[in-house]
Amino acid sequence: MVEPYLRQSALVHRGLSRAAAGAMSGAGIVLSERPFRAMVNLRGEASDAGFLSAVRAAAGVELPLQPNTTQRAAPVTALWLGPDEWLITAPAGEERVLVPALRASFGERHAAVIDLTESRTVIAVSGAHARDLLAKGCTLDLHPRAFPVGACAQTGLARAGALLHLVDEAPTFEITILRSFADYMWVWLADAAQEYGVALRTE
Amino acid sequence: MLLIPCPFCGPRDESEFGCGGEAHIARPTDTDRLSDADWAAYLFMRKNPKGVHLERWVHRLGCRRWFNLARSTVSHEILAVYKMGDPPPASVAGQEARRT
Repeated sequence: MVEPYLRQSALVHRGLSRAAAGAMSGAGIVLSERPFRAMVNLRGEASDAGFLSAVRAAAGVELPLQPNTTQRAAPVTALWLGPDEWLITAPAGEERVLVPALRASFGERHAAVIDLTESRTVIAVSGAHARDLLAKGCTLDLHPRAFPVGACAQTGLARAGALLHLVDEAPTFEITILRSFADYMWVWLADAAQEYGVALRTE
Repeated sequence: MLLIPCPFCGPRDESEFGCGGEAHIARPTDTDRLSDADWAAYLFMRKNPKGVHLERWVHRLGCRRWFNLARSTVSHEILAVYKMGDPPPASVAGQEARRT
């Protein structure tokens, strides 16, 4: 567990809160970091009704069983990662409650709970040109027909593995990325977004 | 580029995948009595067909699951996708046999 007073976001060295003071109007892309989000990786049998109800009891969210979809029960979101793998996200600090609750709920059941909170960060890409920006580095079809609000996908973005999640109609994509890739991804996004006009926002 | 139908995530670009080479190669069980030639055959000898090839692929940047895929090495057409441990579908198995 990282002590709160030592905790630094993956992009702290970029001084985003100072940079974000600039003008917002006319920007086609708004970038921000959403740091410290609680992330818990969950493995278990989707065909086991007891496993699904144990997750419901501990995290208060239904696990999505359809590929590339999410389920949200504010403030918790469950993202489909694979046929027996999910990512549970929650507001900062919640991992301290979520992880023990899930472990207790599973008991002897064949399931795994792994706290990934400190290993990843979230970069939010918002604005009218968000799809155009991601299309420069991603092979997925991000058209609303193929990738509606609530869809998620693990894919490659600018040659790095990333988890995309479309959270609203703005559109706002949340890019969950390994901490060690965060700086690379931020620089890539900021550079690729130049032609649309970039604004930064603090969360 | 290939558009590979991951059995779990749906169709994705080839760049998200890794190819694990020929499928259905079973490790010999009587390893104590295996000759060097048999070891070499197991370790190194692979089919290189002009036609249907059964391959293992992993969805590296996606769900990270392995699966089997039947692909034509001539047209790159993907003829079947099936799970690890499953035998090739009958339609493809026939074509596999024909080329040897």
